[in-house]
Amino acid sequence: MDVPPISRGFRSRRREQGLTDRIPPGQYVTTDFPVLSAGPTPQINLEEWTFALQLNGWVLGEWKWAEFQGLPQTTIKTDIHCVTKWSKLDTIWQGVSFDDLLKAVDLGEAPFPYIMAHCDGGYTTDVPAADLIGGKGMIATRYEGSPIPPAHGGPARLLVPHLYFWKSAKWVRRLRFMEQDEHGFWESFGYHNHGDPWKEQRYDGD
Amino acid sequence: MREVIVETSRVKSLLLEVAGWQGHLAGQHVDIRLTAEDGYQAQRSYSIASPPEDEFVTLTVERVENGEVSPYLVEELRSGDQFELRGPIGGYFVWTIAMGGPLCVVAGGSGIAPLMAMLRHRDWRNSRIPAVLLYSSRTLEDVIYRKELDAMARRDPDLQVVGTLTRKQPEEWTGYRRRIDTSMLADVCFPPDRTPKIYVCGPTLFVEDVSSFLVELGHDAIAIKTERFGPTGGPAQ
Repeated sequence: MDVPPISRGFRSRRREQGLTDRIPPGQYVTTDFPVLSAGPTPQINLEEWTFALQLNGWVLGEWKWAEFQGLPQTTIKTDIHCVTKWSKLDTIWQGVSFDDLLKAVDLGEAPFPYIMAHCDGGYTTDVPAADLIGGKGMIATRYEGSPIPPAHGGPARLLVPHLYFWKSAKWVRRLRFMEQDEHGFWESFGYHNHGDPWKEQRYDGD
Repeated sequence: MREVIVETSRVKSLLLEVAGWQGHLAGQHVDIRLTAEDGYQAQRSYSIASPPEDEFVTLTVERVENGEVSPYLVEELRSGDQFELRGPIGGYFVWTIAMGGPLCVVAGGSGIAPLMAMLRHRDWRNSRIPAVLLYSSRTLEDVIYRKELDAMARRDPDLQVVGTLTRKQPEEWTGYRRRIDTSMLADVCFPPDRTPKIYVCGPTLFVEDVSSFLVELGHDAIAIKTERFGPTGGPAQ
């Protein structure tokens, strides 16, 4: 389809033309915060919550909730982009940056180039370590100054805002370093393996 | 677009002839892209309501007030009009006869669309897999596919269709008269020991509630597949 058919009578109702440098192709801005999950929202008890960094069978570091709160905290303001076409601007998140997690286990750099995020409910997603270092990724525990609501991934979600938001896995419990890339959950159901919204990498083959 | 079916005052079904369509599974969706005369484009996702066996791809679209794409699709689009469509998309929220049952589908409002594809698929194949639909609407006028569902249930002893009207009920209404709750799900859905395949689709808060009630009743979270849409219902912003 080189020349798309014109939809007679269809016109933009949005006033976001001035923001085009912030809105990736095919996205629209919402002020709401839609919820998309493959299954029920898990109810997670903070007393039993742990977060771990893992390499093959080894646990590089593991933190209980209070310990995790004791790690250096970072706050970022960022735009987020969901593959279902909505984008939300200027969202504020607080948590522990991936760089600080590596430091907490005395690593100067990622030991393997790929990472699988494992979550409550069995969800997984794969992300290159390069997309998390240098302040690009964090484990977020607060949204807009409050604990992240469970439906939005609380108590803790991976946040990789420069990729489509399914990569920012909800209810994350473990990051596992991998020598070779593997597909996570949506990646094995036809979604793009990398998911860069600026290249509109929505689905496999984009 | 081949044909439009008026479903309710706010909902229409669009029957589409798609060039090069490779077929789909019940529960999958498509992305559509509209292009304005000035080149502006907008994309949205819609569930497919037709079964794989159907010759047309049917999208059932609810007009969202102040929406950009749905008012156009519901009010402006005429048969013969063309737009870009991509799909099918999504391989998780799907059900096929081969996956077996029993099948329990729970719909809120226009969330019925992908679940209807599953029921139509089952019906088309004359499957005897036990199935139940629990369908929540505001009023009787808001019930989409009402006649078709009634007819399907009448001729199929293995299908149970249960409705609940949450806002207004006619006097003669014999279904439920409240929002879906744990006891309603316990009465209508197959018990956990029959390990039903469960699909829940509707507005975000509806799906959050129904899926948590199902977990409360003892259903395995992994057996509950969900699709949410629309606003979160939080404070207006």
